Amino acid sequence: MASTIRVRATSSGETTEVQALIQHPMDSGFIKDAKGEIIPPHFIQQLTFEYDGKPVFTADWGGGVSKDPYVKFAFKGGKKGDDLKVSWTDNKGASDTTTAKIQ
Amino acid sequence: MTHTDNRFSATRRLILQGAGAVALVGLGNLPFGLAPAFAAANDKYPEEAFKAKSEADAIKALYGKTPEASDKVKMDAPEIAENGAVVPVSVTTTLPDVTSISFLVAENPVALVASYKIPAGTMPSVANRIKMAKTSNVIVVVEAGGKLYSATKEVKVTVGGCGG
Repeated sequence: MASTIRVRATSSGETTEVQALIQHPMDSGFIKDAKGEIIPPHFIQQLTFEYDGKPVFTADWGGGVSKDPYVKFAFKGGKKGDDLKVSWTDNKGASDTTTAKIQ
Repeated sequence: MTHTDNRFSATRRLILQGAGAVALVGLGNLPFGLAPAFAAANDKYPEEAFKAKSEADAIKALYGKTPEASDKVKMDAPEIAENGAVVPVSVTTTLPDVTSISFLVAENPVALVASYKIPAGTMPSVANRIKMAKTSNVIVVVEAGGKLYSATKEVKVTVGGCGG
């Protein structure tokens, strides 16, 4: 199965800029479908980025984050060719993890 | 999607080029702290804060205190969002010792949208995309040096992204 996580981490020497795009419905639980029935909540709750065994960024999300969420941040350090580990878990207990090489 | 911000479609293309390896490893290695009083201070998901209807209650549940407005918190959000389902909002600050950044939408059914933990060494700057049910104030809260600072901006929504 293809990963739900697309991540691009680019080192500028001093800092590493990270952009991530995740495939997820991010249903808030407040929207009705075509039949007028509420679509149950289904959204990512935690997203973690780890570099060198330590978290560099953690997101706690609710149903108010857009579908197929996007996030961008930067951290000091990070060398080209090093691994950046990205993981998420959602409110139904599903999860995904990927490791990206810093470019 | 004529209303999609061009910047973001470019970003999407860039990201799609870089495929990552899949490793089916669980999230079991998150370090847990000694359960400090408030959710933003540890690694647990702040369940209660994400149930709060008002932004004041959400901030209280998350941090246990109230923020003061600060011009050092710079929020970038559109004046008018044509599509409330995808509103690009970013924040950056010159405040030192930032430990967390949270995004709230006052008029959403659940005010708290996202809360980010910023460990030492990570830049106090985050961009993301949020849903807005209708025209509302968007509030960004920055926790820096144990204090809370905020910035607020009204975003007009022409098509809501949360209602039914």
